[in-house]
Parts: sequence; C-alpha cells; structure tokens
Amino acid sequence: MTGATRVEDLLRGLAPQVLGTLVRRHGQFDACEDAVQEALLAAALQWPQEGLPANPHAWLITVASRRLTDQWRSESARRGREDVAAAQEPPGAQVAPAPGDDAARGDDEDDTLTLLFLCCHPALSGASQVALTLRAVGGLGTAEIARAFLVPEATMAQRISRAKQQIKSSTIPFEQPAGDEHGERLGAVLHVLYVIFNEGYTASSGADLHRADLTAEAMRLTREVRRRLPADGEVAGLLALMLLTDARRPARTDADGALVPLAEQDRTRWHRPSIDEGTAIVTEALSQAPLGPYQLQAAIAAIHDEARSAQDTDWPQIVRLYGLLERLAPNPMVTLNQAVAIAMVDGPRAGLARLAALQDDGRLAEHHRLAAVRAHLLEQAGDIAAARDAYRAAARGTTSLAEQRYLDARADRLR
Amino acid sequence: MKYMLLIYNNAATMAAMSEEERTAIFGAVDDIMGELTESGELVGGEALADPSNTKTVRVRDGVPATTDGPFAESKEQFAGYLMVECETPDRAVEIAARWPDASRWAMEVRPVMSADGLEM
Repeated sequence: MTGATRVEDLLRGLAPQVLGTLVRRHGQFDACEDAVQEALLAAALQWPQEGLPANPHAWLITVASRRLTDQWRSESARRGREDVAAAQEPPGAQVAPAPGDDAARGDDEDDTLTLLFLCCHPALSGASQVALTLRAVGGLGTAEIARAFLVPEATMAQRISRAKQQIKSSTIPFEQPAGDEHGERLGAVLHVLYVIFNEGYTASSGADLHRADLTAEAMRLTREVRRRLPADGEVAGLLALMLLTDARRPARTDADGALVPLAEQDRTRWHRPSIDEGTAIVTEALSQAPLGPYQLQAAIAAIHDEARSAQDTDWPQIVRLYGLLERLAPNPMVTLNQAVAIAMVDGPRAGLARLAALQDDGRLAEHHRLAAVRAHLLEQAGDIAAARDAYRAAARGTTSLAEQRYLDARADRLR
Repeated sequence: MKYMLLIYNNAATMAAMSEEERTAIFGAVDDIMGELTESGELVGGEALADPSNTKTVRVRDGVPATTDGPFAESKEQFAGYLMVECETPDRAVEIAARWPDASRWAMEVRPVMSADGLEM
C-alpha cells in the first residue's frame, strides 16, 4: 500500500517532466500526452511488483517514446503508401525544438510550468483547461478525473481530446509566454488551480472523497509553480489562501455532514500546521512582492484563522483589506463579504446599508448568497420576519443541497 | 453547472406527422447530440416510451397501488431529457432553444442540485 502510494506520488511528479521532454523532442502534444499516459499506466502496474527502475525518468521516456513510435507506425500503415514517407518523420514542425535544446535549457523543471501555461491557454474552455491540467500536469487518469467531476468517463475523455485538438489546430507553441503576456497567462494558470481547489473544498465531506482529493492536488500543483517562481507574490498568495482555507475543513461540517458557518466552527479542530505555513507565506509575500488579489484574500483568511473566536477577530482590519481588494479587483462578491465585516464593526444596519448597493447593481441581485447574507444581518438586527423570508429566498435560490439544508434550518429557528 | 433539459411534446401529434417531418426532427436531434458530445457538454439523456406505457405508483399506509396512465392525449407530456454541463445558464437555454421540440411544444431548463456547498 505504502509502496504503491510512493510509486504513485513519484509518477505524478515525473509526469509533466516526461511529457515536456517528449513534446520538445517531437512536437505533437496530443500524441505525446497519450503516450505518456500509457507509460504511466505501465509503470503503475510494473513498479510496485518489480521495484523501481534505476532511473525512473529515463524509463518513462523510453517507454513513452516506444509507444509514440508504435503509434506513428500504425498510423502510417493505415494512411497507406502515399503518406509513408511523410509519416516516418515525426511531424513535429509546429513546435520544432532546436537540436540539443534539452541540454541547453538544462532542466525539466521549466517543462512543468510550460505545460501548465499550455493546458490553461485562454483558447480552451474552462472545463477543458481544468481537465487537461489534471491529466497532463497532474498525471491523473481520465477515469479518476471524471469521477472527481461527477461526469461519465466518456464526457471527460471528450473534453480532454477536444482540448488537445484545439491545441493542435491553433499551433500554440510549447514555450512560456514572454513579457506582459507572461503575467496574464500566469493569472489564467492560477485561476484554473483555484477552480480545482474549490471543486474539492466545497465537496460534501465523507460522501465524496474523490472530489475532496482535488484540494490536495491543487495545492500540490500550486507548490510546484511556487518552486519555479518563488518571487511571484500572487503564486505565494494563492498557495497561502489554499492552505488557510483548507485548514478550516475539519470544522466546516458537523458529524452529520451539515455546514457549520465560520462564526460557529470549533476552532480547535482547525489544522494548525497549515495555518502557520499559510500565514508565514502570505506575510513574506506581502512584505516583498507587489500587492495582488490572492495575497489580500490570503491575508483576510489569516486574520480569521488566527482569531480565537468570531468576536475576537480583527474586523476593522478585514474591512480595510476588503476595501483594498475591491479597488484592485472589483467584484460584487467582495462587496458582499465586506458587508459582513462592516456589520461586525458598525452593527448589522451598517452591513445592510452596504448590501443596498448590490441590490441596485443587478449582477448579484438575484443571487442566493446575497439573500443569505441579508438574512444573517436582518436576524442580527432583530428583524425576524424579514430574516426568515430572506433565508427562504436564499434556500430557493441555491443549487447546493448542503446550503439549502443549512438555510432552511436557519429559517426554521426563526419560527 | 449541470442542467437538465426536460423535453415536452405531444405523442399523438408526433405520430400524425409525415415521414419527412419526423426525419427532419431526428436529423436535428442527431446534429445537436453530435455537437454536445464533441464539446464535452453532454452528460446524459434518455427518451421515454409513448405515454400509453405509463404506470403511476402510489403507496398509502404502506399499501402500494399501481394504475395505468395518466394518458392525456391532447396535452404536452414529459417525453425525455438531456443532461448537460455548461459554462453559463444562457448556454443551457441556447441548447434548449435549438432542440426541435422547443419549436412545436416546450423545453424546460432546470439547474441540477449538487451535494457541494460553501459554509456561510
């Protein structure tokens, strides 16, 4: 068991490096990706039985390259005589590497990052970015990804193959974006990692371990990015945000699986080492890098995580940080969260006044989370009838069974 | 976000159509199914047998009672569903609008509940 787990961890770490090497040598991302998946599968079956090869990386490259050659051979046989000559040369022109490029660039480390940029390319749909990242960079199999996203394997396989087709047809080069584009594309990478994290974090506990594993995978990949870009404040900020959020997971649901709001969580169940690590990372980033939205969100999470209770929380500081966040990355959800903090500082009526802007704004007017926050603030203000109506409206609006259960229970208490 | 697209039609009207009309409908269905499969949005879907095969089951005081029907021949009836996963609600509506039954009868677009949730 531990042997198999160790092999699995090793393989997942090697997967993007092996794929990167193959793509630089041969081009043809789609064919290389299939070949690497087959090599990973072969290794997962063989290594726990026969022991690790002397050089696991080289073993995978050899096996994957053989698969690639087999594939080209069978393709050329299928295509018939007229194409044979062309097919014998791997048609890798679109991402043609210079000879000796491997040695010149020197490290497989960069390949993991280059692959992430490729998998999170803005030409791909959000669902495809997520699926391809988990498969090509995370080294997960299609069946595992499908199970985690609660769709049939055929649907997930189609998303992955479509993403690979899009990369092929748009001839996106296998290289890291340069200049201004680097920052933009890195933002897309971080967003995909954050989406994967949230998919796992919001999974109902117990019922769905496969989904919950997505948080660990997102954190692992974010750590990989940070190892390669240690000076980037937003990469650090995202990792800190994930750590500080995930630390609360043991307390976010009760024994029956019902959601527990932050203010009522048993804080002794929060995961202390994650809080310490996340706090240290965001503190360092804030002092050394330009300010960014992930860092601010991590800073807010750190304030919550360090408070002994909701009452003990430094709410004025949270109000200020949300104010900064709103200027940096305006978003109605930020305003919504700020209203909660304002209510803690200046009372529920002040919080409700802040919400009024959102009701007029329209983007969030029908959103169940706006109704849920209004309900909480109305309850605090003692307006019980209005609070009950708002809880009911929020319960009708949500598409989450867990949230609906929580909101209906809140409404019931106000009977 | 997953959506269930509920297909409503009238089996009697459908049966009374010409062969060409029915062929055109099946062709349009094949086109959309192909597109949704290719885009990775299709999660599932089934067509239901003619309403005359319906049985209604009720259990009262622990006693099950099964009756045939209902058959409301003149009315639109639930005829099948598609399950899709789309990036936006607008996209789900767009798919429903292209389904041939929407032009004659109706499609309902219903978001699907998930077990996931965020504490508030």
